[in-house]
Amino acid sequence: MIAFNILKRHLIVFRRTFWSNMVFNVIEPFLYLSAMGFGLGAFVQDMDGMSYMQFIAPGMVASASMWAATFECTYASFIRLHFQKTFHAMLAGPATVSDVAAGEVLFGIVKNIIFGIVILLVIGIMGQVQSIWSLLIPFFLVLPGTVFSLMALSYTGIISHIDYLNYYITLITTPMYLFAGVFFPITSMPVWLQFLVWFNPLYHSVEICRNLVVGTVSILLWQHVASLVIMSLLLAPIPVYFLKKRLIS
Amino acid sequence: MNYIIEAKELAKSYGDFEALKGISFQVNKGECYGLLGHNGAGKSTTMRMIYGLSIVEEGYLEILGEKITSLTPPHIKQVFGIVPQEDNLDPDLTVLENLEAYGGYFNISRKEARYRGRELLEFMGLADKVDVTVEMLSGGAKRRLVIARALINKPQIIILDEPTTGLDPQGRRLVWQKLRKLKEDGVTMLLTTHYMEEAAQLCNRLAIMNDGLILAEGSPEQLIREHVLPFVIEVRNSLDLLPPNINEKIQQMGGQAEYMVDSLFIFTDRGMELWGKLDSIGLSQHACYLRPTNLEDVFLKFTGKSEEN
Repeated sequence: MIAFNILKRHLIVFRRTFWSNMVFNVIEPFLYLSAMGFGLGAFVQDMDGMSYMQFIAPGMVASASMWAATFECTYASFIRLHFQKTFHAMLAGPATVSDVAAGEVLFGIVKNIIFGIVILLVIGIMGQVQSIWSLLIPFFLVLPGTVFSLMALSYTGIISHIDYLNYYITLITTPMYLFAGVFFPITSMPVWLQFLVWFNPLYHSVEICRNLVVGTVSILLWQHVASLVIMSLLLAPIPVYFLKKRLIS
Repeated sequence: MNYIIEAKELAKSYGDFEALKGISFQVNKGECYGLLGHNGAGKSTTMRMIYGLSIVEEGYLEILGEKITSLTPPHIKQVFGIVPQEDNLDPDLTVLENLEAYGGYFNISRKEARYRGRELLEFMGLADKVDVTVEMLSGGAKRRLVIARALINKPQIIILDEPTTGLDPQGRRLVWQKLRKLKEDGVTMLLTTHYMEEAAQLCNRLAIMNDGLILAEGSPEQLIREHVLPFVIEVRNSLDLLPPNINEKIQQMGGQAEYMVDSLFIFTDRGMELWGKLDSIGLSQHACYLRPTNLEDVFLKFTGKSEEN
């Protein structure tokens, strides 16, 4: 499949920029974790039956993954599309626009898994990983990675100027981050907001990561998996549609 | 399959704008076919349709015996080597890594791509730049790298969209030399350019395009023979300073006066003879220049007439 050949190109570039990439993506969740965990954690005795640090640590895995996929499929994809004309170069070969879009999403997934693993290691070292079920997290991250990459790439395909990406980060990604049960349980929010949270893919990702990290695995987790699968299927055609409009005349 | 590429009444509109108004041409196996024209003549539109970035809607296009119904399909793109107008190299990667990544798009293994890549870099005179980051290359070297990249899949057809635009004369000549070598090897080439010299040096046949139409077609020699006389005297005077009734005088002496881009050109069969008589029609030899006609004259004749004439 040509999308995997396109992924290979991204991995060649990634190999070159690995460390600069890594530092940025690791430091931020680490800062949040220490500021919130130690700072706010000193005032919060118990959050849903666990220490505050324990509560937010798995959420950091899920959200770091989201940010990795989101940045890849917004800024990086935009630069490839408009400035570096990388997509045009890909289309000069046997690839179609669907292959190009699939290659972007695959790379978004790969980055989301890599950063998820790194944060998982960080919280592991900080003693916040309780269960062997955590080993499933890298595999599970394929699902939210797909959703976040598809969402971001769709928006990237729609806009014509790189500055508009700020709107996506501020109005879509940041609210998803704040209202996903990363920092506080969603049950503390008004009922209508608790309903809306079901449309937030990060909420499902956080729920699964937290339950796997602490080892409270139950059949109920499948509802989150199913939500993410449905979101992926609904979103899949959208970036292809908009990228076609950009690339093919 | 008679032709590698065949277009019949191929047209393209973007909304109300007709970029291409129905052109027909054929590219034979092993030849270099050129589309010559100004910016906006429809060259790039034609190219985009051939290499699958633009949908074929009006007219007929056939590539390698296959009718293109909307977009050029992947299995045809697999045998193309594309040199786009803008360099779209990967700036973060080295020269060889660029070839490796690009080879991947064609399903060429990393090892094979690196092996072929080194050969191609040797051929394009970039052997000492293998591990240099692309950003460090000169414009000419980037262009040669784009051509090397287009050859990584051993293409049957090379499509070059203005391959030397923006290069200095040395860089341009080096690219031409490499392209001539490929032509000798029997590769079919389709090329757009607005440099006459490039067209004359490389193309077996070419089409002069203007405003979405093909105005003339043939080999460079044929076009010169059929459309202009063998010699031309360029008059480098401003038009208001020309003596009165000059057109009639030129005609009496067996010349043809043509006004192109606000200058007078005197076409003639007998260049030296007319040159000797310039004084008699009120023109100074110091303001004139006699030379054999070339492709540029043909091109200007078709596309560069002054409005008032």
